[in-house]
Amino acid sequence: MITDSDDQKYKLFTRRAGLIAGGMLVLTSGLLGRLYYLQVVGQSQYKLLADRNRISLRLLAPQRGKILDRSGHDLAINRTDYRVNIIPEEADNVEETLEALNAILPISARQKARILKAVKRQRAFLPVVVAENLDWETFARVNINIPDLPGIQPDIGITRYYPEKELLAHIVGYVSSVNENEIGEDPLLELPGFKIGKNGMERVLDKRLRGKAGNSRVEVNVMGRMIRELSRNDSVPGETLKLTIDRNIQKFTADRVRDESAAVVVMDIHSGEILSLTSTPAFDPNDFNLGISHKKYNALLNDIRKPLTNKAVQGEYPPGSTFKMIVALAALEAGVIDEHEEIFCNSTYEIGNTTKHCWKRQGHGHVAMVEAIAVSCDVYFYEIAGRVGIDRIHDMAARFGLGRKFGIDIPGEKSGLNPSKGWKLSRRGVRWKGGDTANVGIGQGDVLMTPLQLCVMMARLVNGGKAVIPKILFPKKDIYETEAEIVPETIAFDRRNMAIILKGMKAVINSPVGVAYAQRMRDKTMSFGGKTGSAQVRRITQAERDVRVRKNEEKPWIERDHALFVGYGPLENPRYAVSIIVEHGGGGSTKAAPICKDVLTYIFEQEKKQQQGANV
Amino acid sequence: MMAGRLQGRRQSKPLLQKLSELNIFIVVVVIMIAMVGFTLLYSVAGGSLDPWAKRQIIRFVIGMFGMVVIAVIDIRVWMFLAYPFYFLSLVLLIIVSVMGQTGMGATRWINLGFMNLQPSELMKIALILALARYYHCMTKEEVGQYRRLIVPILLIAAPVALVVMQPDLGTSLLIIAGGVAILFCGGARLWLFIVGLMAIIPTAIGAWSFMKPYQQDRVLTFLNPERDPLGAGYHSIQAKIAVGSGGVYGKGFIQGSQSQLNFLPEKQTDFIFTVLAEEFGLMGGVMLLGLYMILLAYALIVCMSVRSQFGRLLSFGMAVTFFLYMFINIAMNLGMVPVVGVPLPLVSYGGSAMLTLLVGIGFVLCAAIHRDTTISRGGAFA
Repeated sequence: MITDSDDQKYKLFTRRAGLIAGGMLVLTSGLLGRLYYLQVVGQSQYKLLADRNRISLRLLAPQRGKILDRSGHDLAINRTDYRVNIIPEEADNVEETLEALNAILPISARQKARILKAVKRQRAFLPVVVAENLDWETFARVNINIPDLPGIQPDIGITRYYPEKELLAHIVGYVSSVNENEIGEDPLLELPGFKIGKNGMERVLDKRLRGKAGNSRVEVNVMGRMIRELSRNDSVPGETLKLTIDRNIQKFTADRVRDESAAVVVMDIHSGEILSLTSTPAFDPNDFNLGISHKKYNALLNDIRKPLTNKAVQGEYPPGSTFKMIVALAALEAGVIDEHEEIFCNSTYEIGNTTKHCWKRQGHGHVAMVEAIAVSCDVYFYEIAGRVGIDRIHDMAARFGLGRKFGIDIPGEKSGLNPSKGWKLSRRGVRWKGGDTANVGIGQGDVLMTPLQLCVMMARLVNGGKAVIPKILFPKKDIYETEAEIVPETIAFDRRNMAIILKGMKAVINSPVGVAYAQRMRDKTMSFGGKTGSAQVRRITQAERDVRVRKNEEKPWIERDHALFVGYGPLENPRYAVSIIVEHGGGGSTKAAPICKDVLTYIFEQEKKQQQGANV
Repeated sequence: MMAGRLQGRRQSKPLLQKLSELNIFIVVVVIMIAMVGFTLLYSVAGGSLDPWAKRQIIRFVIGMFGMVVIAVIDIRVWMFLAYPFYFLSLVLLIIVSVMGQTGMGATRWINLGFMNLQPSELMKIALILALARYYHCMTKEEVGQYRRLIVPILLIAAPVALVVMQPDLGTSLLIIAGGVAILFCGGARLWLFIVGLMAIIPTAIGAWSFMKPYQQDRVLTFLNPERDPLGAGYHSIQAKIAVGSGGVYGKGFIQGSQSQLNFLPEKQTDFIFTVLAEEFGLMGGVMLLGLYMILLAYALIVCMSVRSQFGRLLSFGMAVTFFLYMFINIAMNLGMVPVVGVPLPLVSYGGSAMLTLLVGIGFVLCAAIHRDTTISRGGAFA
């Protein structure tokens, strides 16, 4: 039943449908054009953007270089560290999991607060450290209970470890977390958990030990979770440092002075290599690796025996009588006295308006140079110091290393104080007086030296006048091979004068009149020489002298004299120099000299054992 | 009247013949489009049938069955059911709207067990059926009368108002566009449409002045997604990066970094075209557009060859709806129109839209099989 109306409707429909179909075609062409524009014209630009989306560059932390002693013993190493992490997204409820973990591994309220804070801040798939440095047993127990601890992830990381604990604390130092001020150019420092050297060699040589960061190009998803690694540039591990320190000698020395507040330096007199550099008391650097507790740190900080100070290079002490060799040599070189001239000691010495005293109240009577050194007569040295004058003593002391830093690879090295007329006028605004010279003549007054400087002085006195520079680190191997070893310059002085000094130092220990005769060695190959010193910490007042000079044992610890000794051995053809200071230890001959004897004996015996071993 | 009825009866064919007249080529094209969807759903799951591809295949098979059933049922039955179907859809829409408003869980769908049915999807079909019937029953003269516009405008306005309240802007636009297309081809006066088109500009300006600043901000961000690369512009930018970086040949199956690494939002539903463009490149995109074009061309050819106005308008309405789905979705994926929730026909994951579109294709096939059936203005069984 086709009507006109139907036919008209059909025509209208066809027209209008055709119009709309045309519109569809135009719109579809628009889609095609857009596709072409994006995928052909914009392809490279969008590929770049897609790659920027998916590729993330991640730093790979380098392995920190090891520190070894001269024979290759580990002093600072990287140790696997058992730790426990929690991955929040895998835990149904972080607090419940921690509660469950608490039964195996106690978690303090503070730790818990820290963990929960980190959980809130970080993305849910990133692990949060729950506990570090676990012992194997605890770690194993956590592992066994993993099914009941949703989200807990046992992890094996790497931490710095000092197997010798407090033995080398002052030399090696320690590492700790980077603080905000230290973040600089090296992006490594921004890695979570990255540690840098904070003290000792770890700090001074941090750049060499640190190594170079590697990187890894990883594909990440929209959340930043790593999907796979695309390429990798491995990190370059830090340099291994080899010290001149002999762990065994260091250990012996440290044990020997364990109960004292003391410093001992042992050096090879020809090469300047330091075999032992001890400062007691010390601390365990391992405590600092993970952040030391306030309580522990404050205890170290407030200890009057200053365990955090490296006394061997940072401690400046009056050298006392150990300085007399410098005065004697200056006088001999200046020609103001000779070996044979005797000076009378009646225990007092008048200079200006004051009276100076000799340590021996009865006086020494007539003494010449060698005996004066052996008996450590103060009056003799007041006299010759006055004759030679402070400026020539100053010059001689400078040639033996006083008043300068050697640039040893340990932080905090002090230069001591080598006084002179000019120094006193400019620094104190006071003219130098005769009494000042007399004081310096016996190593008191203004002169200050570090144990390291004392040891260098001793080495230069007995090595034939070579100005050795102390060193604690073997040079890098490649440098060592290409560059000739630096030959130390020679200190110009008369060999005969030097022989007189040596005779005096030999007599201190090996002559019946010597103050440390009790410490002599009968075995010629193990015999040694040296010089004692007792440095007054507090001036003895005239009032005290009138009553009675108190013995050291009667004074409180802090007021007692420092006991010093500088020694060398063996007597024939010396090889080692030793300097010792025992803070408030009393007399040099009774307290410090025996330490030197024991240390040298140990070294000689070790040498003998090695030779026998080599011969067999 | 009697004659028409008798004629109609005479024209009905046996079922087997109807099945044999089913256009197999078009059925194959539909299957191919759906298979593009299965492939992409398998890929975005990282190479797995779960969680999307398997369920999509099951729904598609059920939908295909429904499509064939619709195609072989006499077109006059559909004309008879047009109004009841429309009112059923409207009631369902009211039910979900009321449920949503009373806060019993803001739902847009009714659970059918194997899928969630959205009444708004049903309404797209129902409105076209109802409008096609309405215009079928009018003479050329009646069509031009303005009072004859009241019913169709109400038919359109009622569901649109309900859907806008949900709020589902994308679906309401599709309903309006489908309805208006039938009004247009049904024969309403041309100048009404010209005036309507011209009214869009002042309306847009008026709407802009009434918008709150944050709404204006959204519009500006659409016009320039780089304004807010991590916020509202994020989807748009990431989708463009995915499409652009696919290049001519694509990154390969399951190799699209944007989709596999989750930089793309809604990658299994509204933004699935970007996955196709990223992994299969321009070639993939053009191929899918080609398949859609074949389907649309077929529907338009059917329109021209059907003898009844109802069949013509029905088939045409379905073609327009299908085209709008395709165009809005792809244009949105390519950053040409704002992000509105419209799926890619037969490809995006989701049951309701797939059912709507298969039912729509079923009506086109139905019109094709019954192209020679003439229906009186009074209706088949009226």
